[in-house]
Amino acid sequence: MSSQAVVSADHRPAPRYVEDVIRAALVLTMFWGIVAFSAGVVIAAQLVWPQLSFDSEYLTFGRLRPLHTSAAIFAFGGTALIGTAFHVVQRTCRTRLFGGAPLGWFVLLGYQLFIVVAASGYLMGITQSKEYAEPEWYADLWLTIVWVAYLVAYLGTVLKREEPHIYVANWFYLAFIITIAMLHIVNNLAVPVSFAGTKSYGAWSGVQDAMIQWWYGHNAVGFFLTAAFLGMMYYYIPKAANRPIYSYRLSIVHFWSLVFLYIWAGPHHLHYTSLPDWAQTLGMVFSVMLWMPSWGGMINGLMTLSGAWDKLRTDPGLRFSVTAVGFYGMATFEGPVMSIKAVNSLSHYTDWTIGHVHSGALGWVAFIVFGTMYYLVPKMWNRPAMWSTRLIGWHYWIATIGIVLYITAMWVSGIMQGLMWRAYDELGFLQYSFVETVAAMHPFYVIRLLGGVFFLSGGLIMAYNMWRTVRGEPEAAADATRQAVAA
Amino acid sequence: MFIRHETIEKNVILMVVLTLITVSIGGLVQIIPLFTIESTIERVDGVRPYSPLEQMGRNIYVREGCYLCHSQQIRPFKDEVERYGPYSLAAESMYDRPFQWGSKRTGPDLARVGGRYSNDWHVAHLVSPRAVVPESVMPAYPFLAQRKLDYADIADHLKALRAVGTPYSDEMIANARADLVAQVNPDADPTALLKRYPRAVVGKFNGQSEAITELDALIAYLQMMGTLVRFGDLPPERLRQ
Repeated sequence: MSSQAVVSADHRPAPRYVEDVIRAALVLTMFWGIVAFSAGVVIAAQLVWPQLSFDSEYLTFGRLRPLHTSAAIFAFGGTALIGTAFHVVQRTCRTRLFGGAPLGWFVLLGYQLFIVVAASGYLMGITQSKEYAEPEWYADLWLTIVWVAYLVAYLGTVLKREEPHIYVANWFYLAFIITIAMLHIVNNLAVPVSFAGTKSYGAWSGVQDAMIQWWYGHNAVGFFLTAAFLGMMYYYIPKAANRPIYSYRLSIVHFWSLVFLYIWAGPHHLHYTSLPDWAQTLGMVFSVMLWMPSWGGMINGLMTLSGAWDKLRTDPGLRFSVTAVGFYGMATFEGPVMSIKAVNSLSHYTDWTIGHVHSGALGWVAFIVFGTMYYLVPKMWNRPAMWSTRLIGWHYWIATIGIVLYITAMWVSGIMQGLMWRAYDELGFLQYSFVETVAAMHPFYVIRLLGGVFFLSGGLIMAYNMWRTVRGEPEAAADATRQAVAA
Repeated sequence: MFIRHETIEKNVILMVVLTLITVSIGGLVQIIPLFTIESTIERVDGVRPYSPLEQMGRNIYVREGCYLCHSQQIRPFKDEVERYGPYSLAAESMYDRPFQWGSKRTGPDLARVGGRYSNDWHVAHLVSPRAVVPESVMPAYPFLAQRKLDYADIADHLKALRAVGTPYSDEMIANARADLVAQVNPDADPTALLKRYPRAVVGKFNGQSEAITELDALIAYLQMMGTLVRFGDLPPERLRQ
């Protein structure tokens, strides 16, 4: 619809966009979403019933947990970002993807190969055991090649754009691609034991490795899971709401302050560790400051709905996107709070962190992807709408209940765990042994598992709805318009 | 300084360059001083590179993703010091590649687990955690007790570690295999091993198997964790970062 709307606006014919790659990316995103949510449910169940690893080396929590996080962040999130980046950059630059379909396919399929190689490695015990940077040196090298191709395709498209201005969504996608390249290369510098083997040793050790890892790790959150998805927000929410972005000036302030401040926040993962105090303090101060640009972005996204709030009642897809921005606001308030050293002394090492991550990953990242896909799938397959609007509504409520169960269970268990660890009895002895705190987690792990099952069920409903939409007969009228445009 | 933002919006190369500068500053300020300020790593005695067997055990710890549930970083709080021992020093992980401080304690911290439990306890616990601690949610690792440790390329591991900066000497590399075997043989003369790797714990860690198993290496690593620095005779000014 967007291309036709543009055509009718100034009578220039739309270019022939590369769209097969985007359609494939949407299908793969849905697939990886189900994989990621399922893996999450399995490891959540293992914390309730540890026998579920069946004494197998391939099913231990230690090997499955990176599979879950990588499937969620890199497979589900990353594939969604590649697909939407290619869609957004072509539409906003009104030009065909640089390098055309071949480069687009190379980026998408090359990235899928990276995911499969990395994830199968985890199951076999091939890992660097650096959080969110687990893949070994050969997978890292391959990703670097794919990532450079991604940058070339994106930058090349922007360079040959037909629009004078670079639309704000592109700033965020570009910052994401550039920064992730920088972080990935520096954090993963390593020397392999042998070029025929998988094992390598990193260039950094101890305290410097810790700092570099969390400079990487926190900005995997900041640029992969935030900046890039903000690019998604800046394009798809105005599109779905049919309203311009609330404030152009706020987008400028939001962009530059966010990319400047985020990179400093890493040391809040290392409070009260052997990292020198000055670095911890810098990390805390910048994390607290980061609250402001985060909420600036949230306000810009939410206020774009002004004058169109009624659409939330009729368009459950848009409801996903708007709820996502709400969760973004919540998680980016909770984050600065947890980065304050006094709070962190309680929350660190506990389930509170896990709850915080999931309010961001499920509430913000997954919901903005769902909202975007409910908008994009009918467009890309030339359907008037998703097969069932009612099922979108069901997905919305089941997933929302799932998130609420998940994060409240983790808040309670995390804070309880932190308090039990530091509790003293009246004689001045530690009140609880460690294993008593483990036993106390049990009911909350059950609730968390239930929340995960809800979220997975919502995902399955979406996959079914998407399959029916894709399979359904294309709308004759839309098809005719399309042929007219192509001719 | 006061260029119009419109100029940036119309020039993507300028935008990329400015973005790259903007995102570089924080990292440069936080990372580079950690390499240049000498007091970042406390001047304490006793910390040494891992012995070949300990390093192989550490690699199994890394392979199994133990850090996802166990931290190796004791914070300077009364309850943590009472529960786990003296708070962790940067010096104690200076040869850790990768660092394994962790960010979650589904299980207890392991920074000073060395010497706390017997080898037999570790074997029983790793093979079947709930046989020893009924409330535990840890996965069982029976396969470690049976599988032979693959140490054919141990010298290559030490060479790779030296290439990235761990101070292994030529002598250590030449004797890597012998040192590995000696550490798991309680009847051998440990003098040469202990000269190269002071305070290394020698023993047949996994009593369930005659061969050198992965479990031997892992327990050798667990038994030395946090034991290298003697805190009793450490003047406080040495700890200043």
